[in-house]
Amino acid sequence: MEASGGRAYDELVKGLWRENPIFVQVLGMCPALAVTNSAINGVAMGSATLFVLLCSSLMISSLRNLIPKQVRISTYIIVIATFVTVADFTLQAVAPAVHRELGAFIALIVVNCLILGRQEAFASRNTVGMAAMDALGMGGGFTLALTSLGGLREILGNGSLFGVHLFGDAFQPWVIMILPPGGFLMLGMMLLVFAWVKEARAKAAQRLEREAA
Amino acid sequence: MELSGELVGIFIGAMLVNNFTLAYFLGLCPFFGVTSRLETAFRLGLANIFVMLITSLAAWLLDTFILVHVPYLRLIAFIVVIASTVQFVEMFIKKVSPGLFRALGIFLPLITTNCAILALALFQTSRGYGLLEGLVFALGAGAGLTLALVLMAGLREEAELSDVPSLLRGTAMNLLIAGLLSLAFMGFAGLFGGSS
Repeated sequence: MEASGGRAYDELVKGLWRENPIFVQVLGMCPALAVTNSAINGVAMGSATLFVLLCSSLMISSLRNLIPKQVRISTYIIVIATFVTVADFTLQAVAPAVHRELGAFIALIVVNCLILGRQEAFASRNTVGMAAMDALGMGGGFTLALTSLGGLREILGNGSLFGVHLFGDAFQPWVIMILPPGGFLMLGMMLLVFAWVKEARAKAAQRLEREAA
Repeated sequence: MELSGELVGIFIGAMLVNNFTLAYFLGLCPFFGVTSRLETAFRLGLANIFVMLITSLAAWLLDTFILVHVPYLRLIAFIVVIASTVQFVEMFIKKVSPGLFRALGIFLPLITTNCAILALALFQTSRGYGLLEGLVFALGAGAGLTLALVLMAGLREEAELSDVPSLLRGTAMNLLIAGLLSLAFMGFAGLFGGSS
């Protein structure tokens, strides 16, 4: 019981940072860059993806013994497409403004390789509980990445965060950051900073080891 | 004259002004995944154009004759059509030209999960393009995708040989290169009224 609880926790947190879908695995890039010109869009896109990922994972893992091996990919795609349609129509009804902003990218969650990848690599081989944990972790990590990316781009490109203006009138917005090139540049710089932190940590650990020896 | 002008606008718009990869962020997986060599990037681009043309035709047929009655099935119908089109194209090429089939290898089936293809079908519907406009749009989008792939592959082959800080190697550098390319493509904005 203790061990299974520990494993469930591990499945949950691995997606948040250690195997973060955007920063580490670099999956699902298209929506991650296309809609993150503000923090709120990042949150909306992230939660829509989280919803689809969670529902499909639950469905696939509970059906995993019934789905024939030969047609499994097509089955996953159809299940995912169904939940994306649900998410699409729900968002359209509940928050039409956000839906307009995200445009076709809600529908394009279907071809997000992150979701299909998790079904193939995890949900089809694990119990429903574990699959739910994995989906929550990966979806959460995805949302986290999109929100931080969107937040940074919004601060630099528009001088605001979640629509609240942070600086006075003297602030000159760095408009390029909320335009398409800004997405590539910002994610590139974030990856660069993460690589730098990782290397600095590794060096520090090495130095500690040497001093101990 | 009026019609052909509009078609040229759609073509240039899809290829340069609103380049699928660099302005809409579609099809980024092959853009970062298979652009390490110029040759394969170009071939993948051609295969994409081919699938896009067929998808555009199929999407138009579906939209005109079937989906008007069941609009909520659009997404599911499109993705099933794309998956089977790719499968069909794969079998067709295998039969007709085994050489080309071997050259394309794994990239052919992977086109299914290229979001540019699904986006093409969705955009075509939401903009209300007819059959001819749809085909021209598909051709332009495919050409733009190929252009982006080839440019990126060329730049990466160069970058491979240059002296780059070790921290920057890999994804971070590719993203920065893509950012600069995207910046360059913004220069096309405003061409043909910037619309379409």
